[in-house]
Amino acid sequence: MRRVLGRLGFALLVALILFYTLFPFYWAVVSSLKSGPDLFLVEAWPRAPAWSNYTAVFQDQPFGRNILNSVFVAGSVVLVSLALAASAAYALARAQFRGRGMLLGTLLCVSMFPQVAVLSGLFELIRALGLYNNLLGLVLSYLIFTLPFTIWVLTAFLRELPLELEEAAAMDGATPFVTLTRIFLPLMAPAMVTTGLLAFIAAWNEFLFALTLTLTNEMRTVPVAIAMITGSSRYELPWGLIMAASVIVTVPLVFLVLVFQRRLVAGLTAGAVKG
Amino acid sequence: MVTPRTAWLFLAPALLVLALVAGWPLGRTVFFSLTDARLDALEEWRFLGLSNYTFLLTDPDWWGAVRVTLVFAVVSVTLETVLGLIIALTLNARMRGRGVVRAAMLVPWAIPTVVSAQMWAWMLHDQHGVVNAALMGMGLIAQPLAWTAEPGVALAAVIAVDVWKSTPFMALLTLAALQLVPNELYEAAKVDGLGPVGTFFRITLPLIWPALLVAILFRTLDALRVFDLMYVLTGNSRATASMSVHARQLLVDFQDVGYGSAAATMVALVVALVAVALVTLGRLRLSPAGRA
Repeated sequence: MRRVLGRLGFALLVALILFYTLFPFYWAVVSSLKSGPDLFLVEAWPRAPAWSNYTAVFQDQPFGRNILNSVFVAGSVVLVSLALAASAAYALARAQFRGRGMLLGTLLCVSMFPQVAVLSGLFELIRALGLYNNLLGLVLSYLIFTLPFTIWVLTAFLRELPLELEEAAAMDGATPFVTLTRIFLPLMAPAMVTTGLLAFIAAWNEFLFALTLTLTNEMRTVPVAIAMITGSSRYELPWGLIMAASVIVTVPLVFLVLVFQRRLVAGLTAGAVKG
Repeated sequence: MVTPRTAWLFLAPALLVLALVAGWPLGRTVFFSLTDARLDALEEWRFLGLSNYTFLLTDPDWWGAVRVTLVFAVVSVTLETVLGLIIALTLNARMRGRGVVRAAMLVPWAIPTVVSAQMWAWMLHDQHGVVNAALMGMGLIAQPLAWTAEPGVALAAVIAVDVWKSTPFMALLTLAALQLVPNELYEAAKVDGLGPVGTFFRITLPLIWPALLVAILFRTLDALRVFDLMYVLTGNSRATASMSVHARQLLVDFQDVGYGSAAATMVALVVALVAVALVTLGRLRLSPAGRA
């Protein structure tokens, strides 16, 4: 009897956790399928499910363009960060030199830094480079938070690889550059996928820089676009549209998370929990 | 072998980029904080010395933002740690479908804060929100509450949304630490007749404490620089404006780059102080894992 009760309580706890985690998504989906006055009725399922919010979000707003912007910015940030970080991590993980520990510490500090602290200087820099309201300006500024973090995680990964790899390469007369590109890079592929994914999510979700460094609807990234959706009336926000847009950007992330679940958890712990 | 000279060569590109996009803007922000520069005319500044800072320290709005940020950070991180621990202990039990639950928990963490803020803004809507409807249906409140507009409850609403979004992160990090605790220890505890509560406090907690502390450190620093959540959920409302929201409002909305930069620099200083305090108090050793 006690065991049955215990099991029941346990199942209830799991159900509660799932409900707490997933209900807001369920509600967003349901609300996005309600149109007209149905939206204002609190009902668990729309009376007449309709796609009109989904078509409207692409017609009334440049949301398609916003998605492309986000894909371009996050994709470029990942590629640039990985290229720069692979080279830096190789030096930090496989060489002994003075200032190495301090450098790693500084990188950790930069990745924990409040973004607002560089905002005015960054605004000036981006304008001086002629990149205001330009996606390249966002790519450049996002390196502030993706680069230290990718270097840190890739360094942790590279340190795990056996020393014999380099010794063998050195015996064959390979230069450090060849050693990095021919030997370590292929081995780093799984770690690069994980860090690249984490960097992609961070860049995809960024809000403060995107809000401050872009001006027009056409240059906005997805988070800014969703924060700024306005309807025909100034007094009532078009919640159906906002929910449809939220669902649209959440679906690919759910997909990514399902596919890369294990890797993401491993990457998170490599970045954070090795104390 | 990689010589120190080659090492610096491999580091150079990343360090140059970071110096350009992080180092230089940070230096300029500190510099602006000593001037009266304005956003529309950044070149026309006068040197003011520390007067922006002395003014900031007597500004009740700034201290309000500091209070909001500290309350937000302490309450949300505490709740996230406790809830995360409970969820992690639950998921640590052998059960079918653990992978599904774990995947479900990654989703709130993965979506943009802006999206979670908008989803909750709609759920917390004063007239048509599902939260008010549910609470009234259960008879817990008599009239609908304006969760995001009422100064008395707005901060609680902001904290609730943050707890929803960030608890999974804490739970997953805690779960990873829990899974490293060797099973023999639990068996030994059982043999010694230690109950579940005793086992948790004598064995589990001490062993996962270092990992938990790192997770708490990361979450706290994240909470101290919070911006998106308040900006989307409650706008620039004084009742919920964090230090970052306040600094950006000065910088962009009021165009006051000098004064706003002073506030922004103070945000960095507060975050740095808390980081140093937590690392020292917790005696944390932070280094990439692997051969030391």
